[in-house]
Parts: sequence; C-alpha cells; structure tokens
Amino acid sequence: MHSFSYLRVVDASGALAVDPEHAAFIAGGTCLVDLMRLGVMTPDSVVDLTALPYRDIVLNEQGASIGALVKNSTLADHPMIVARYPALAQALAAGASPQLRNMASLGGNLMQRTRCSYFRNDFPRCNKQRPGSGCAALDGENRRHAVLGGSDHCIAVHPSDMCVALVAYEAVVHTVGKRGERSIPIGEFHLVPGEHPEKETALEPGELVTRVSLPAEPFFARASYVKVRDRASYDFALTSVAAALDVKGDTIKSARVALGGVGTKPWRSLEAESALVGKSSTTASFTAAANAAFAAARPQKDNAYKVELGRRTLVRALEEAART
Amino acid sequence: MKALTGQGLDRVDGKLKVIGGAEYSSDVPVANVAHAVILGSSIATGKLAPLDIDAAKAVPGVLAVLTPENAPKLPGASAKGPSNDRVLQFLQDDVVHYDGQPIAVVVADSLERAQHAASLIGVKYSAAEPTVSLTNTGDVYKPEKLTRDATDSTRGDFDAAFAEAPLKVDVTYTTPVQSHNPIELHSTVAVWQGDDRLTVYDASQGVYGVKRKLMRLFGLSDDKVRVISHFLGGGFGCKGAAWSHVPLAVMAAKVVGRPVKLVITRQQMFAFVGHRPPTSQHLSLGATAEGKLTAMRHDLLAHTSRFDEFVEGCAVVTRSLYSCPNVRTSHRLVRLDVATPTFMRAPGESTGNFALESAMDELAYAAKMDPVALRLANHAERDEDASKPWSSKSLKECYARGASHFGWSRRNATPRSMKDGKVLVGWGMATATYPAHQSAASVSAVVRADGTALVRTGTQDIGTGTYTIMTQIAADALGMSMDKVRFELGDTTFPESPMSAGSQTAASTGPAVRRAGLEARRQLAELAIGDARSPLHGLSVDDLDVSDGALVAKSNPSRRDPYTELLARNQRTELAASGKASETEDRKKYSLRGFGAQFAEVRVDPDLGEVRVSRLVGAFAAGKILNAKTGHSQLMGGMVWGIGYALTEQTRYDARDGRVITRDLADYLVPVNADVPAIDVLFVDEVDPHVNELGAKGIGELGLTGVVAAIGNAVFHATGKRVRDLPITIEKLL
Repeated sequence: MHSFSYLRVVDASGALAVDPEHAAFIAGGTCLVDLMRLGVMTPDSVVDLTALPYRDIVLNEQGASIGALVKNSTLADHPMIVARYPALAQALAAGASPQLRNMASLGGNLMQRTRCSYFRNDFPRCNKQRPGSGCAALDGENRRHAVLGGSDHCIAVHPSDMCVALVAYEAVVHTVGKRGERSIPIGEFHLVPGEHPEKETALEPGELVTRVSLPAEPFFARASYVKVRDRASYDFALTSVAAALDVKGDTIKSARVALGGVGTKPWRSLEAESALVGKSSTTASFTAAANAAFAAARPQKDNAYKVELGRRTLVRALEEAART
Repeated sequence: MKALTGQGLDRVDGKLKVIGGAEYSSDVPVANVAHAVILGSSIATGKLAPLDIDAAKAVPGVLAVLTPENAPKLPGASAKGPSNDRVLQFLQDDVVHYDGQPIAVVVADSLERAQHAASLIGVKYSAAEPTVSLTNTGDVYKPEKLTRDATDSTRGDFDAAFAEAPLKVDVTYTTPVQSHNPIELHSTVAVWQGDDRLTVYDASQGVYGVKRKLMRLFGLSDDKVRVISHFLGGGFGCKGAAWSHVPLAVMAAKVVGRPVKLVITRQQMFAFVGHRPPTSQHLSLGATAEGKLTAMRHDLLAHTSRFDEFVEGCAVVTRSLYSCPNVRTSHRLVRLDVATPTFMRAPGESTGNFALESAMDELAYAAKMDPVALRLANHAERDEDASKPWSSKSLKECYARGASHFGWSRRNATPRSMKDGKVLVGWGMATATYPAHQSAASVSAVVRADGTALVRTGTQDIGTGTYTIMTQIAADALGMSMDKVRFELGDTTFPESPMSAGSQTAASTGPAVRRAGLEARRQLAELAIGDARSPLHGLSVDDLDVSDGALVAKSNPSRRDPYTELLARNQRTELAASGKASETEDRKKYSLRGFGAQFAEVRVDPDLGEVRVSRLVGAFAAGKILNAKTGHSQLMGGMVWGIGYALTEQTRYDARDGRVITRDLADYLVPVNADVPAIDVLFVDEVDPHVNELGAKGIGELGLTGVVAAIGNAVFHATGKRVRDLPITIEKLL
C-alpha cells in the first residue's frame, strides 16, 4: 500500500487549502479505501472531511437540499425523501449493503468510480488508470460494461444507483472551490469518457461538493427505481431505471427517465422522455420509449443482452411509476 | 445413559467462535513475527527476466525480497509426493505457467511495508501466447486414472443400444471454472527453532500431508516438523494439499531468521490455490418408450495445468446411479496455461451429477413421465458397475419424503404453466449421491484421575463440527459427560488421521475415537476387577457397563467404581489408551454411498429474467447422523452452495492474455442472505451395518450433488428454456 499522510479538516477553507494534486478527499471511504488497497488510487495525503458541517436534509416548497456528508442510509430512510422522491430512496436502498450504506456519503457516491475489472486490477491497458494505454475491455470481457456513452477509449460502466435517481430528478450539485461556489446540473457533473476517460466529473482539482438540491416537482413522487442484477442483493446493476411520470387523465404530460448499469455515466434518456410526452400511459408507449432510449446503444461482445434487458427494465419502471 | 452420539447438540467450540476466542492459523500469537506477501505474475505463460528489486529492498522495514534469482534452492524441490499432492511454484526457476504465479516474496516488519515494497518490484517478461479456453482443444489426452476410479468404463454395448433406443437425449452440458472462497484466506505462520526444527501454523485440511510435503521439500526428518491447524474458516478442498505459499513462508522464515506470517490476498484465491476446472460433458441417454434406460454415455472434457494433473471425475456417478445395461464413460483432459485445478466441494459428483440429472429431466419430458417416476423406474437395486450390493440405500424413501414435504404431486409438468401473478414458478428435482469413504485413522485417549479425559488425533475441523461429534463419540465410549471430555485436533504431534476431505472425517476418525475410548474403558475395567478394594472386584469385563464417569456392574448398578476413585486408589494420575480404525473386509464387499432427493422452487421474472430460488427441500439418507444439528447445517450449507453454483458463480479469464479477471467477491458472486430461501433438510433413518462401526456416511458434500440440477430443472419448468451452460444468468433467459 502506498504511504500517505492523513489530514483532518474542520471547514471548507481547510479543505481548499490542500494541494489537490496529490490529495484525495475522504468521507465514508467505501470507494477510496478499496481503491487505495488495490493500488489503483495512490494519494499522498488523504483529507478527512467528516468534521465538516454538510449533514442537513432540508425539504420545503423549493424542493430538497441534501448535505454532501449525509449517509446513504440516512437519506434512504428519510420519510420526506421516501414520499417526495421515492426513486431516490429506492435507488439508495438497492445499493451495496447496509454496512456500506451506513458509511457511504452522498458526496462520495457522486464520486464513485467504475467496477471495470481492468480498471481495478493490474491490467496494463486502461485509459482511466494510465491515459493512452488503451482499453482492455473494448475487445475483452465486457459482460458488465456500458452500451451507451462509450468511446473507443473506454466503455466502463458507472456503478452508482443513487446517481441514476438524481439524474432523473434533475439534481443540482453545489460545490465550493478556489474560485468560489458554483452549481452544476447533474447532467453536466459526470462526463462521458470521450478521449479522456481519466476525467470523470466536471469538478476542478480540489473542488468540494457541499450539497445536492432537487427541484420541487410534484410528479417526482410518482416514480420508481427498478434494478436488475445477478443476485438478489449486494450486487451492482446489470440494468436499472429511475423513472417519473406526470400523467393527466391518460396522457403523459411530462416524464423523467434515467438509466443505470448501461451507461458510462448515469444516463438521462431525453429520447425516452420525448417519446413519452403527449402519449397515453400504456405499455405500448413505454415500449416505444424503451426503443428510443436504446436506439443509439453500441453493444460489445458480451453485453448485447443489456440492450434488450435495458428496454424491458425501462418498461417495467414506467409501469411501476404509472401505478404509483 | 442416553447416547450422546446422534443428538442435535450445540457445537462445543461455538462459544469460542462467537466471542472471538478461536485462534485461526493467522491469529496465533507468535513473537517477533515478520510479514510476507507474494507478488504474482501478470502474464499467463512465458519467461521472467531478472527482477528489479532495488526500490523494494530500500523500503524501511523490508527484511528480504526473494526472487527466482536469489531464493534458496530447496533440496527436495523435485521430489514426487502422493498423487493428491500438487506441483508448486516457489521461486525455483524463471518459467511462468499461469496468471498470478508467485514470482517474488517480500518480507518486512509490517504487512503494509511488505505490500508497498512488493508494488515497487520491477518485472519484465518475455511473454508467450497463452491458451486458456476449454474449447481450444489442442492437447487432449487420456489421464491414467482418476482419484479413486478408472478413467473410462464400458458395460454392455452402448452404441447398439443407443441406436435402437426409441427415446434419446443427446446433449452437452458445460460448467465454468469456480474458485473456492472460504471466508478465511489461506494463511501460514512458519517458525524455525534453530536450523532444522520447524513449526508451522497452517490453515489446512490435512496437517499430516502438509508436514510430509515440508519434510520432502526442506529435507527434514519426521521428528523435526510440526504442523498445527486448530481452526479452519472453511476449506472446501482448496486447503487440502499445500499450495506454493506454504513452502514460501517456510523459506522466507529461514532467510530472515524470524517467524514469518503469510496470508494470501482475496485476489490470490483466484490465482494459485486451486479451482474447480471447467467441464464440457456430453450426455447421451437412450430409453424405451416407457422411460427405462437402455443406453448411457457420459464423456468429460476438462482442463488441467501444463505441469500437473487433476481430473474432475464427472462421469463416475453415471456408472452406477441408475440401472442400465449399456453404459460407457470417459474422462479426457486438455493442458492449458492455467493453474492446477483441484478438489472443490463434491468434485466430480456435483459437476457430473448436474449433467446427468439435467439429462434425466430432459428424458422425463421426452418420455412424458414425472421426473420422480422416471428415476424410480430406473432405480439401481445394486451397483451394476462394481457388481456389488449397496451396503444400504434408502433413496426411494428419500424421493417419497422429499416429494411429500415439497408438495411435488401438485406440480403441473408443463413448462410455464405455474405462475404467481406474472411471476413464473418452476419446480425441479434431482437425485443426490456421494460415496461413503473411509481412510485409516488413529487416536489417543487419556483418562485422568481428576475425572476428565483428553482425546487427541491429527484430524481437522474445517467448520463442519468435528470437535463436537468427536467429543460426543468419545464421551459415549468413555461413559463420561461431554463437559469432562476434551477433544483436541489439528496437530501432527497427535496420532495421524486423514485429510478432512471427501466427506470422510466422521467415518474415518470417528471409529478410531470410539475405539480409543473403548480401549481406555477396557483398561479401566481390567484395573477395577483386579483391584481388591473395588466394589467390582472379581467381575469380568463383560459384566461391566459405564455411566457418568464410573464403571458399574450390569447386574447391580449400585455397585459402581468412579474412574476418579479407581485411579486414585491405584496411584495412577492417568490411564492412556489408543485406537485405530480402517476399512474392514466386510466393507469391501459392498458399494457404499449416501443418497438423497432434492427439490427446488424458483421464481423467474418473465420479462427481466431474474431467477430467485424460493424454496429448497432435501431428503437425505446417509446412515447414522452423528449430530442432527451440525449435520443439518452441513447439508443446508451444501444447498446454499448450490444456489451460487447454479446461478452466479463463474471465474472468468480474458482469453487474449489468459489472465483471470474475476478477482473479488463483487465479480465472483456467491449467494448472499437475500438469495437464500427457506431450506428444509429431512433425514431419512437408515441403519448401515457395513459402512463402518458407527454406521455413518459422510454428509459434507452430499447436499450439493443434486441441488444444482434441481434448480436448473426448475428454471426449465418455469421458463421452457433449457440452459445447459452454467451459471444460469439473465442473458441466457432473455
């Protein structure tokens, strides 16, 4: 294990004073410590954020504001989150194990890194680990890899459940950095790999996530999160969908659709959403939306099933959202 | 006194385990211990250039960096051991045979420093092109023999019978590489006392085998090596024979002149400590229109390493499970650039029976027969392969009990016909069977004047309950209560017992424990009847019984002589006895197997393809069940294992470079609690006077042998899709 120093900061200015080049922020540590043990992340210093104040969950007519240090388990069980943003509560509860959810933070989950085996182990070719070295997954074992948002440089799938719901709910990520505070729409927070798979988020070096806000859309309560996986619990999604539907009469006025397990980032499907708006709330409409969502899918040797499975998962999620 | 053996008693070591008091091999406190880590190769085949170890050696606290260039050459490196012994890689040359092969060992004063230093070693290879895929069958060959059986078999005329058979099943089943993943990683603590005396604490299923291996490798005599394994956090076969880390730890301790602890990583569980080989099994069944088998053929292809041989004996079960006049079986291997596979829970029996019992389900559909009825129609009244009677066989009772408990008669055989709302429900069943092995064992027993007894043998408790059942057997034999009898194991200074493998421990060590207890009791009786002060003076040994730590006259239980008083009067602090047991001549006249019937219910989402096992029932007949509680756990554990075997477990290789890419428990999926439904284990009473003097057949593996096919058959029933390639994952059902 690479040697590192440990620094505990008590406020944002302390965190921002750290030289970001060789430092890593730590909250719950469920992802970082794992990758440090594997030698994938080798920060010289680890900056502990857990003494910072970002632990509030505020819900009001403007929506929700959730501190970056809120534990996944706390958020999943929050009655107002369950009531107003059920897909978020369901996505959180579907992730990892109770022990991990009790440690993992909102901010950390936003920064969660891929489970690609070539990234996590000592394979020579990985553009995320060693830019320019190539992607072993492209023509290798890629059963769990992405069919949307990949490039010739990376097809690693984004592993988070929570982020899929945040994308569906049009969350905004609030940060503080050396150049002050800013607000990043969740759709712009995670990046597709393109030519730079090593660059995974819009955060600047040293920039700190302080909270996430969610808009107050009444129909967000009419939502579901469906996750398909090899085993019943404690497993990453093969496919997942967060969906919210605004239905008046039998007509869909508005829809939000985000896909997990299939994209190189938590995947908002505007194609599915626009296919739904104005249509009747029926399985036929949902199927058309599902086809639209995966029209641009680029499957590889082992993950072609994710296209059909993803479509079916989307139909199921919309059916469940429509029933709520 | 009611016999303790057979009761469902709590584990005698249960409290120790719950409070963290059980010392596993890596827990043993050893003064001044240094920590070793193994660096594995990152190619699957080729040659290693001299390693650059300067940076690693410069890390503070590093005591040694061993490589093929500087590692001591071991005197017995090329000495051949018994056939179940493995060829190891401990830095004797620069050839790389498989991904993750040990190529260096770093020893430091802390684990973290050793790990860090290992990451700084510069490695260069000249890599060759590996072949790791079973379908690439360049070098297929016929192994000389299986572990216990002949490689091939022929009975009758398969070809003619199959050609004429009105009903045929002719299919290929494939199973993947699986990797043992006990909670406890392989761990070895090596302690040299001087130049030539060695103590090793090793997470091992066979302390005597490890001892002999180390004696051979290091050129040490019998009295110089001691191997200890007091507790094991699961073995499942991978901890049978010693793997490379054991001699490497011993070598490292020698080099640094300090005790060395070496615990391999979870990633290394997928590298150099064995695995279940992949299998491709061709099954051909021919039957009459009424479903009577007339022809059976079972051909295996599996892989082994370039430098060693292990055969997964898949087709053995097909030779005798059903009555059939024309049977042909074969086992073939292909050498690939992989590590050597090894025994993994129910080796051969689980893989082979998955194929056979799936094919039998296919035959049941072809014959339009109920799967239980088909099996009853082909029931083997004797072992037609060995031409011997069964020592006991209660399989028909197992079918009846299991089917009744499961509610099998309510099954609608048509695929996709049973539903719970939209969810497809499938019911499947299969026969379970596992041989009842016995090996020679010896035991010492000491009865002390303080009223306690100490019974010892070099067996192991791999988590199955050996401590408990041996205490029960010893207490019964000695006529003492459990709390007065201490049973110790896992030490080569104790009399020898066999490896804890092949479900043989209870049946091998158990009888020897009983004999040691009976011998102690006989000596106590002799002492009493010859002792003028004993109330039993003048009686004969046959006149005496034992109860609660005392000898008593059968004719008059008030005439009794407690062991404490008897020994004290005779100025004896203790009385020592020994017992040995091995296969009897009577046993050899029979074929010996445990049997069972296993039933599974699965629920399958018709759109999403998710399969969840919702119910499992197993009815088993395995002679005398020595402890109903630990026995239940063993069989239940086998069935839990079957869920992962059927649905999720698979070690994947990258075919391009031959490297293992599943290296953790997020990629290699074993069942979690949410995957495990209610499991009902039923025991069918069975008296077997031939199998051994306890009448017990091993049950460590039996529970796994039918459940995999039962789940697969249930998936077919639910979905109408016959998935012949394990694991049955979602993409195969869409």
